[in-house]
Amino acid sequence: MRGYAGKLLDVDLTREKVREVELDEEILRKFYGGRGLGTYILWKELGEKWEKVDPLGEENLLLILTGPLTGYYPGMKTAVVSKSPESNGIVGSVLSSEVGLELKASGYDGIIIRGKAKNPVYLFVHNDTVEIRDADKYWGMGGVELHKTLLKEVHEEIKKKEKLKGTPKEPSMMYIGRAGENQVRYAAIMTKLMHAAGYGGYGAVMGSKNLKAILVKGSKSLPEVHDREKMKSLLREFWKELFSMTTFREWGTGAGGYSVGHDRSSEPIRNWQEEYHDDERISVVNFENKAWIKKYWADYGCPVNCMKISYLRYGPYKGSITDAPDYELMAYMGTNLGIFEPEKIVYLSYLVDELGLDGINAGNVLGFAAELYQRGILTEEDIGFKLEWGDEKAFAKLLHLIAERKGIGEILAEGTYRAALKISEMKGVDATKYAVHVKGIGVGAHGVRSELDYTRDISYAVSVQGGDHTSTAALPAKSYEGETVNAFYDSAVLCMFVTKPGFERILEFGNAVTGFELTPEKWFNETGMRIIHLQRILLLLGGPDVYWDPRKDDDNPPRFYEPLPSGPVKGKAPSMEDIKVKVKQYYEEIGYDENGIPKEEVLEELGLGEAKREVRRIKKRLSL
Amino acid sequence: MGDEAVERVWILVTPERCSGCRLCEVVCSLEHEGIVWPEASRIRVFEMLPGINVPHTCVQCPDYPCVGACKFGALSVDEKTGAVLVDEEKCTECGACVLACPGSVPRIPAGKGSVVICDLCGGSPKCVEVCHEAGHDALKLVKGDYRSVFRTFAKDPLEKSYDVAKKVFGEEFLG
Repeated sequence: MRGYAGKLLDVDLTREKVREVELDEEILRKFYGGRGLGTYILWKELGEKWEKVDPLGEENLLLILTGPLTGYYPGMKTAVVSKSPESNGIVGSVLSSEVGLELKASGYDGIIIRGKAKNPVYLFVHNDTVEIRDADKYWGMGGVELHKTLLKEVHEEIKKKEKLKGTPKEPSMMYIGRAGENQVRYAAIMTKLMHAAGYGGYGAVMGSKNLKAILVKGSKSLPEVHDREKMKSLLREFWKELFSMTTFREWGTGAGGYSVGHDRSSEPIRNWQEEYHDDERISVVNFENKAWIKKYWADYGCPVNCMKISYLRYGPYKGSITDAPDYELMAYMGTNLGIFEPEKIVYLSYLVDELGLDGINAGNVLGFAAELYQRGILTEEDIGFKLEWGDEKAFAKLLHLIAERKGIGEILAEGTYRAALKISEMKGVDATKYAVHVKGIGVGAHGVRSELDYTRDISYAVSVQGGDHTSTAALPAKSYEGETVNAFYDSAVLCMFVTKPGFERILEFGNAVTGFELTPEKWFNETGMRIIHLQRILLLLGGPDVYWDPRKDDDNPPRFYEPLPSGPVKGKAPSMEDIKVKVKQYYEEIGYDENGIPKEEVLEELGLGEAKREVRRIKKRLSL
Repeated sequence: MGDEAVERVWILVTPERCSGCRLCEVVCSLEHEGIVWPEASRIRVFEMLPGINVPHTCVQCPDYPCVGACKFGALSVDEKTGAVLVDEEKCTECGACVLACPGSVPRIPAGKGSVVICDLCGGSPKCVEVCHEAGHDALKLVKGDYRSVFRTFAKDPLEKSYDVAKKVFGEEFLG
């Protein structure tokens, strides 16, 4: 086995037991790593009773996984995979984190976390030492405090332990904030103050297990690779290409704050009531001039340096620290709330980071609540204060209520979709038409109406990860634009901003690492297909509180059928008929039946015959 | 032992310019170990607080306390570059050099079998090259006879990190 450590850690928090699990090479060839491997493990362990598994219950598994390319390919990520408390399927949630590197250097490809600790704990991995430790005194802390206490203390401890071996670099840490502790369904797992595994809501899963943090430090070599020379020469080539990515290097994704609205008419504004704006205050230059203290920031091995750090040294929000913010949070902590001023956006982004919320879904919920307030469906009495567009103080208050699940925050902590159902029931109106989500996941900050962005028509409607803008579907289904390629990046576990060398050459790099003979054809037709089909099956199984029916849920949110009210493509919107045709065509190409359910013969071909038992349960529930 | 008056090449580290991309580590371990091995890299970038990236490597003290501390003759000085050379066969991983170093630089990573110390790649360090290619120049190769000053750069990486953090974030943030 090359490129893999060949084993996982299996941590049972209920029984306080840790063991190692060997990985079968056959399974790695079939599912690769990260999102793919995680999907397989979850299906294998929970597939038979999936509908009954509460994502926030003791039975759910939380997987922290690397992929074969983690640590070798330039630009690294770590994958978190679990049954999602948002979609009730699986989201491969990939975050900037060096935890994956440290895991590999400790001799593991990942961690399976099962059960639930009696009291708050953190997990400590230092090469072969794995311990579940008391975390009482860290419960309640946000990232800033955790870095100054927990990370520092653990580093001092291993430094002492390795006194005669020299000072080790500090451990890498993943953690949750208050939102995760209180199991807000869109709580994130955080690293380095401002990086998040947002989509999926896995901070809530971590919180449900009473697991505050994971700290990992390894000092071993990464696993041997298949062809050292080939890997080295490709690495050199790729670096050169990636050094020249000027836009990301200089601005990260921050240029989008202005351009996605102005040039593409696809930026969420006031809960997607508009997608065009011409407000230069939100231009990246103002963030740079007002807030950036670090312009080029990267994780291990990244030649792109798209990350920036904002830190306010003045004004009412002094001390706020966050990344650029990136485009997604410029939009969701900014335009979607009617806010265009950099300082206010930095402040709200800092707040979601510290509370440990997914800024995309949090911004989606805030925008939804504010539109209900605008329409008089939610009142000052319901909320406790006025919730006007552009009022960052009100949105900050609401974020705190959500993270603590207090007042209206208890309802909004359930996410846009579930909150919409609840509010509809409470108020006797249909609030779901203002919920901009797909399958429980708030849609990323790229609209489909203008057709000027990479997202369009069925991007979200048929994605196995719902509103996730980093895993979008397209026609033809098995193309470079399609979802199987996202599944590859999430399974190899690398960043989508370092994919400039192209899918084929990245596969070649992967083959130099693993010794597999993977081709694009094989990925499109077999490996990637296996992952998509299994994810689709588990998504359609759903439960126990929420279920999806592809006949109505493989669709855009209602808002996306309202004609764009402003901008150069004013009036544009997809036609429902056209979307229906495209959805059917997608089913056909990807191997689903006319109702959107994976075909049994396709599952046989993919070696997933066993999953037919799940398919039959889906059909039974839908009376098909 | 080294002569203070001789001009030497030296790796000047400017932490503020470091992005934390750690390509220096990748290159170093590939060059010396043939594989990716972060803790066996002769230069390591600490990040005690996010964004405070502090590259840490040997400064070639003119008095070479590490070489003096080694009882097994495993450490010597490269006459050409002034770098500390490790004889892996002779190293017993006793840790005497680790304790003697004023900057906590030498490292004995699990599974290596010997200590690792920067050898300046024979005079043209690969970490410096890649840092330049990457557009950062947080590492620069300088020449001069300021070895007594260079010696003062040998500092514990945590101490350096918190100094830089205090400067960047201010005392209030650090608490």
